[in-house]
Amino acid sequence: MTATLIADAPVDVDAEGFLTDPEQWNERIAEAIARESGIPELTDRHWLVVRFMRDRYLSTGTAPSIRSLGKESGVPIKELYELFPKGPAKLAAKIGGIPKPRGCI
Amino acid sequence: MRKQIVILGGGTGGTMTANRLRRRFDRDDAEIHVVDRDNRHVYQPGLLFVPFGLAQIDEIVRPRRRQLRGGVVFHENEVESVWIERDEVLLDDGTVLPYDVLVVATGVRLQPEETEGMGGPGWNERVFTFYSPEGAEQLHRALESFDRGRLIVNLVDMPIKCPVAPLEFAFLADWYLRESGVRKNVELVYSTPLDGAFTKPVASEHLAGLLSEKDIELVTEFNAGEVDGVGGTLTSYDGRTLDFDLLVTVPLHGGAAYVERSPGLGDALGFVPTDKQTLQTPVAPNVFALGDATDVPTSKAGSVTHFEAEVLAENVVRFLEGKELDAGYDGHANCFIETGFSKALLIDFNYDTEPLPGRFPTQAGPLPLLRESRLNHLGKLMFQWFYWHALLPGREIPGIGPAMPTAGKRHVATHTT
Repeated sequence: MTATLIADAPVDVDAEGFLTDPEQWNERIAEAIARESGIPELTDRHWLVVRFMRDRYLSTGTAPSIRSLGKESGVPIKELYELFPKGPAKLAAKIGGIPKPRGCI
Repeated sequence: MRKQIVILGGGTGGTMTANRLRRRFDRDDAEIHVVDRDNRHVYQPGLLFVPFGLAQIDEIVRPRRRQLRGGVVFHENEVESVWIERDEVLLDDGTVLPYDVLVVATGVRLQPEETEGMGGPGWNERVFTFYSPEGAEQLHRALESFDRGRLIVNLVDMPIKCPVAPLEFAFLADWYLRESGVRKNVELVYSTPLDGAFTKPVASEHLAGLLSEKDIELVTEFNAGEVDGVGGTLTSYDGRTLDFDLLVTVPLHGGAAYVERSPGLGDALGFVPTDKQTLQTPVAPNVFALGDATDVPTSKAGSVTHFEAEVLAENVVRFLEGKELDAGYDGHANCFIETGFSKALLIDFNYDTEPLPGRFPTQAGPLPLLRESRLNHLGKLMFQWFYWHALLPGREIPGIGPAMPTAGKRHVATHTT
């Protein structure tokens, strides 16, 4: 874990740049992480997914998988990949300031 | 008052639970019902061997009813839905089963239709799964005449039953094609949505090493979104394409269909939220679940279900006696991984400890962990006997309990999951 500054805010991140404390997150941090990950601007659709991920993590302690994201967020999986190229669940978690999804076992 | 225990599912978890509880309660104290839509109990680890002609379906299927102790009532019915507020289960013939305790043990359902093109043209011709008895038999026929081209082994997405099975399939396919003398004409590819060969870091490295030794190409982070079973292409959501002559896939998994028809019982994928230590569900205090049907964060595997069944049966008894539940399940899982050429690896892990090298169950062995050996292969073959004769009846195997043994494990530093 490293302490760093994102969008002028002090945050703790893991080796891959995921915030380790969701409380340190704000929307400017989200925009900064998005830009750095190749998403120049967060649209309403991006925000819908990011907020869904974050709310789910804060209420249940685990981030949804890409499949449940596709079923429950209202954004189909194909579009999720267009919004967050490569790994939608991972990237949306990173932008939403929650730990890297543990994936499956 | 005679208690009513209703168990949904007559597979590994349901059968073990029914038999254990039948021994714990006099017939005057509890009535035990098991519901399943058919009377075919499949020894699922055996499915892996069917495509290679190493097992026949009739050797791995037995009647469900016969695996249940006397005094367990078996209903061959589909579950229509569970009425949680009324403590009742409705069956497809209109029967209503009231319960004091409900145990959900209906495993998973394969959902090829959730992936575009899967189950459509080319299904069981060029695209196969060995996760169903019918699929495994069809694949056997296809492999017998497969002598050149590109064979892709793919898992669409987690969670799947027995996460090592597709790897084992790839290892055995390598062995089978070498034995048939056609391996040099075949390109073998293993594609996975994971970022490595397996979910756990130490085991993942070992298994990736084995893939490369056997000249099997590993494609990672491949989330299959679409299959063309006629043209022979598998496309990922991020637009990558893999060509194949033969595709062996593990389709998406979800919970049983009635879970979706029962408001409040399952999550979006049809899995039942379950306390990972007590196996009670937050759905209602008198609803328990085990095995593949749950969302418990460990492998969906028979060994897990077996270890869970001991804890679950104890907790059902405690619940009915008004006692505190035992938080005794530690996530213990134990799998033989068939690697071909009459050898196998063994892995043993739980929620906190990933699979490590060493020996099992103690330092003195006899089985090596995370290393290929013939003894592990024999262990895997012998296991079917234990399954029918010791595990399902609910007898203990000496020295192998729900809690993971640590004595024989060599701890590897610096790895975290």
